[in-house]
Amino acid sequence: MDAPAPETVAELTYGPPIAMLAELTHRCPLSCPYCSNPLELTKRDGELDTETWVDVFRQAAELGVLQMHLSGGEPASRRDLEDLVSACREHDLYSNLITSGIGLTEKRLTGLKERGLDHVQLSLQGVDAEMADLIGGYKGGYSRKMDVAGWTTALDLPLTLNAVVHEKNIDRLPEMIDLAVTMGARRLEVATVQFHGWADRNRAALMPTREQAKLCGQRVAEAREQLKGVLVIDYVPADHHADYPKPCMGGWGSTGLNVVPDGRVMPCHAAHTIPHLVFENVKESPLADIWWNSSAFNAYRGFDWMPEPCRSCDRKARDFGGCRCQAMAVAGDAAATDPVCIKSPLHAQLQEMAQADAEGDGELTYRVMPKL
Amino acid sequence: MIEAECPRLLSGCRTKYDSVRGNWVLLAPERAIKLDEIGAAILAETDGERSLGGILDALAAKYNAPREQIAGDVVKFLTSLRDRRMLEVT
Repeated sequence: MDAPAPETVAELTYGPPIAMLAELTHRCPLSCPYCSNPLELTKRDGELDTETWVDVFRQAAELGVLQMHLSGGEPASRRDLEDLVSACREHDLYSNLITSGIGLTEKRLTGLKERGLDHVQLSLQGVDAEMADLIGGYKGGYSRKMDVAGWTTALDLPLTLNAVVHEKNIDRLPEMIDLAVTMGARRLEVATVQFHGWADRNRAALMPTREQAKLCGQRVAEAREQLKGVLVIDYVPADHHADYPKPCMGGWGSTGLNVVPDGRVMPCHAAHTIPHLVFENVKESPLADIWWNSSAFNAYRGFDWMPEPCRSCDRKARDFGGCRCQAMAVAGDAAATDPVCIKSPLHAQLQEMAQADAEGDGELTYRVMPKL
Repeated sequence: MIEAECPRLLSGCRTKYDSVRGNWVLLAPERAIKLDEIGAAILAETDGERSLGGILDALAAKYNAPREQIAGDVVKFLTSLRDRRMLEVT
């Protein structure tokens, strides 16, 4: 069979979103040096109220969203979290609580399960109190996480651990995997720090070396094989050391959307770093209209926006051109070829920068939260 | 997986008819798996009480299909879910 001509695969069809990330609040008790929330945070009085969130969940379900990720900041900082979980169940949305564990008690978690919570994703900053509390900047955080993990599995709620890995903890991956198995987690997400926002300020302290990244990838592959049927491992590699970009978001505006605390709707977590994009707000527009018609969602959909060498690249239907926010940050142009790609003129420069950062050993700059 | 064993979806894993897209899906932690007609039919019989053998009997009767012919597909499908920590057998 002949391979289809590039023109015939160029029509990327996109459907309704599968998942929505509801960033309920920017408030958070931790001060992780790789915080992925924007540099400018929304204050408590700028957050959507309960009624508006519930209505957005209804609209999301009607639009075709299947999974609702309740995130933040720390979603447990919202006193109405219980009502929001109930709303997910009412609209038959699969609810996933993405939490640091701080702010949860056994009683509260039991209540959330009774309201219909489907899944808990618990963040892990390290494999012992010393490392975890150093990175999270919150004394006693690790101990509370262990409690939350125990309550979660005791309630027969599925548990995923999410470990952000970086120069300082990536070598301890085998311990993280052991810990996940011991805690009874079904899934482990190993995500290398994405260098956007606050993490970019800590590049020298957090960038893993090429050798560290390679070893981590090998260890993940081995553990997946050994732990088949015991633990599922999802892995986000260190793309600064890669030759091809990640398929960011599975393609811009193709599978998921983010609603941030003040109600603006974005195609990805870091899209606000692209200055020319205008994000519409659920307080003013229907969610479906934003998804299908807004300029921000259509900006990098499909393949038409691509420059060369992406447009004629045979990998474009595999990685969708990579990460627009990374193109913005490094190339100064969100439509440029992702600088991670070996075909980008900036590839060598990006790799040199990554290597220099990996060899450097900067101090951690914590994200100390202002009173929100 | 042997016929006397009883497959069961784990907690936090459930099927739902996706009325927007017009198909069944299996919802699980961080995953939404589109089910074709065969997958949906298998999970409709996987109630946590019926054994694998019972599931095969039910499917063979319902779809008037040779039991030994469907057995391979059913085991393969359920095993793939077990490998992904969405199903257990007891």
